[in-house]
Amino acid sequence: MSADTTAPATRGAAPPGGGRIEPDAPVGPPTLSPGELGRWAWRQLTSMRTALLLLLVLAMAAVPGSLVPQEGVDSLAVARFRLTHPDLSPWLDRLGVFSVYSSPWFSAIYLLLVVSLIGCIIPRTQVYARALGARPPRAPSRLDRLPAYATYEVGADSGRTGADAVLEHAAAVLRRRRFRVDVDPGAVRAEKGYLREAGNLIFHVSLVVVLVGVAIGSLWGYRGNVIVVEGSGFSNTLTQYDEFTSGALATGSSLPPFTLSLQTLTADFQTDGAQAGQPKLFEATGTVTPAPGQTPRPFDIEVNHPLSVEGTSVFLVGSGYAPVVTVRDGDGQVVSSGPVPFLPTDSSYVSEGVLKVPDAEPAQLGMEGFFLPTAARGPDGLPVSVFPEATNPALSLFVYSGDLGLDGGEPQSVYSLDKDDLDVVQGDDQSPERLLLQPGDTARLPDGLGSVTFDKVAEFARLQIASAPLAWLPLAGLVVAIGGLLLSLYVRPRRAWVRARPAGDGRTVVEVALLDRVARADPVSDLDELVAELRHLPQKGDLA
Amino acid sequence: MNTEALAQLANVGVASATVVLALAWLTHLVEWAAAREVRPARLDSDASLVSAGGHSAGGSSPATGVAAEGETSPSPSRPDRFGQAGLSLTVLGTALLAAGVLARALAAGRVPWGNMYEFAVTGALVVLVVYLGLVLRAGIQWLAPIVTGFAVVVLGLAILVYVPAGPLVPALDSYWLVLHVSAAAIAGGAFVVGAGTSALFLLKQRAEQRAGAPVTTGPLGRLPTTEQMDRLAFQVHAFAFPLWTFAALIAGPIWAQNAWGRYWGWDPKEVWAFITWVVYAGYLHARATAGWRGRGAAVLALVGFATFLFNFVGINLFVSGLHSYAF
Repeated sequence: MSADTTAPATRGAAPPGGGRIEPDAPVGPPTLSPGELGRWAWRQLTSMRTALLLLLVLAMAAVPGSLVPQEGVDSLAVARFRLTHPDLSPWLDRLGVFSVYSSPWFSAIYLLLVVSLIGCIIPRTQVYARALGARPPRAPSRLDRLPAYATYEVGADSGRTGADAVLEHAAAVLRRRRFRVDVDPGAVRAEKGYLREAGNLIFHVSLVVVLVGVAIGSLWGYRGNVIVVEGSGFSNTLTQYDEFTSGALATGSSLPPFTLSLQTLTADFQTDGAQAGQPKLFEATGTVTPAPGQTPRPFDIEVNHPLSVEGTSVFLVGSGYAPVVTVRDGDGQVVSSGPVPFLPTDSSYVSEGVLKVPDAEPAQLGMEGFFLPTAARGPDGLPVSVFPEATNPALSLFVYSGDLGLDGGEPQSVYSLDKDDLDVVQGDDQSPERLLLQPGDTARLPDGLGSVTFDKVAEFARLQIASAPLAWLPLAGLVVAIGGLLLSLYVRPRRAWVRARPAGDGRTVVEVALLDRVARADPVSDLDELVAELRHLPQKGDLA
Repeated sequence: MNTEALAQLANVGVASATVVLALAWLTHLVEWAAAREVRPARLDSDASLVSAGGHSAGGSSPATGVAAEGETSPSPSRPDRFGQAGLSLTVLGTALLAAGVLARALAAGRVPWGNMYEFAVTGALVVLVVYLGLVLRAGIQWLAPIVTGFAVVVLGLAILVYVPAGPLVPALDSYWLVLHVSAAAIAGGAFVVGAGTSALFLLKQRAEQRAGAPVTTGPLGRLPTTEQMDRLAFQVHAFAFPLWTFAALIAGPIWAQNAWGRYWGWDPKEVWAFITWVVYAGYLHARATAGWRGRGAAVLALVGFATFLFNFVGINLFVSGLHSYAF
């Protein structure tokens, strides 16, 4: 071996790159024809910089929806917000802040992003397809200007005649290193890491698939909430829902006609230890009839274990208490009787509710108050609940009489009283009369208005019935997207060139250069390793 | 050992880990302060040693080198020794914390991330483990003041949301708790390292721009080159981002579909997980966009980390949503 090695001339990191191909965008719009203007606008929209800015704008646009309650997420919270911020709410309404994620401006941002995405994917796919068919790029004339470069000489006694043997060997070595190799006269060109761009494209195409899947799910899907009290049932028709949201293309008539009846709702809580009062188990049992005429089968729904029926899913999303209350009016007639769901307001299940009795004579009655599952007297003398299970239930009500305002035809929430034309019923001391009832108690209302009986406590389940068609599509899209992402982040494209030329005396000068299109920690040590392998040329002497 | 004793042990482990890590933090701060005082002197002595070696006999008198060494400090590697001590303390603190978290898991009979306190403590452990792993693999001791400081602050604030060990609420009782939360926690640990690296990158880059030359002295001189830090930040984020995608956009929605009947519902926690994802996606884009490389990308990494922190602290404490029990 009589080769001589000179130290690599230039060492340093490769220039960063490997991102989107940036069209050389003009600085400003010069005077253009409509066609040129359109092309200019298109190039602006699909440029990397615009994509980046749109991403950041999308992130900022999502913020208000997390700070202000959303119609589609929690309409009760929206109603509460409107009451506490009467001046601000009309403005927020105008800006669509109560439904950010379906507002025109939010949609505009993500539609622009999708267009930018597609406008980037298509040309890049074409470029990539061409690159796949093309040969690795030709060796630059000055290899020594590349960041990782080495040169050495092979002596006259090193076997078969110089340059060709060196290059043949180099091609074999590079192929073994999974480069795509092409041999020119006097040089070898090689490239690897094509999967990076493939991964990049896969990732972006998958995101489009995810968005399409989500769009299908929300256009044809629906979701509804209903409160079902123990011992009663639910049939899957629009009118039965308390809350129902559906996509623009879903129709109410397409709801599968199943019915279910709730036998028991179990809510167990920790009774002792440090976390007393924390929920332990929620379970709803009963029977479900998949379609009219079929035989009912039993069901058992728990949190994290929904019931699947006819392509929809039934989830247990909440529970609460529905005191069974009987109201007699001034004439002694039973004008209202049955369970009244009270909505839990906190983790101790202090619950708020309203009872409207429009048929009462001589005046309509409205009641508003609290249900306390385990009543105790609080520090300020007012009743509080100390445990979420109904061990000492009590009902605390204020009664109003007058006009409930139901005749105007305007829809009203069953959970709030319109007190415009109602007067609070007062006791003997001229202060609002608070009824405090336990199961079995009856309270007589003053002024011959009637009486209220708290019969017993029932529990209710808050069920969510949802159908999201093709829900697997966004999931599959994301799984593929992660695969593409990993390829695009971890495959590192590299180009390699080897040039060999005779230098007289039978010696051959060999130049080797690497070019990383993505910065790597140490291209130089990789180069040294490669050079070592290249220099291990098969020797004629070895064979002899 | 019974549950009570285990729970007690867990608290002792976490408390002692906090103290040891606070000491580690202090030690690393002293390391930086020492670097500020000592480095120039050390450079002088280095220079004179080099020149003494270079001109074999004549050029500079060996006496200069001796004087420089004798005058300035007992040892030129004082910062290094503080750094070594800080690292040892960090290893000890991490071991104590791991023991505490393990005891907590055994006491509760489940994974140790069922509420905000546990998530904070386990999250601090994950950050430290990610950091120590990268100290071994990539020699990132220079990040110590930031990582130990972060862990101490998180552990200290965790006391504010302390709850005794106990069973899970029903909504959390699912094996997705293991997948979803552990993926989010590991991604979070990497985000901390990435944000710390990006912050130091920005500091050093600004100092170098002002000086118009590479900074080799003082605390910033103990850092790697800005190029190396930029590359490390990318590698850490390239690890964290796919994991975050899995946690926030795959495991989370699957679990939400099972528990709440929809895979995506714009719950505040989901919104901020999405925002974090979008900002980090922006970070990856920025690295390939002219004018955004380096500085712009580093700022985006910090913004992404801020949204991640806000999701854990702000959304848990100030905004009510379905995730209000923990992370």
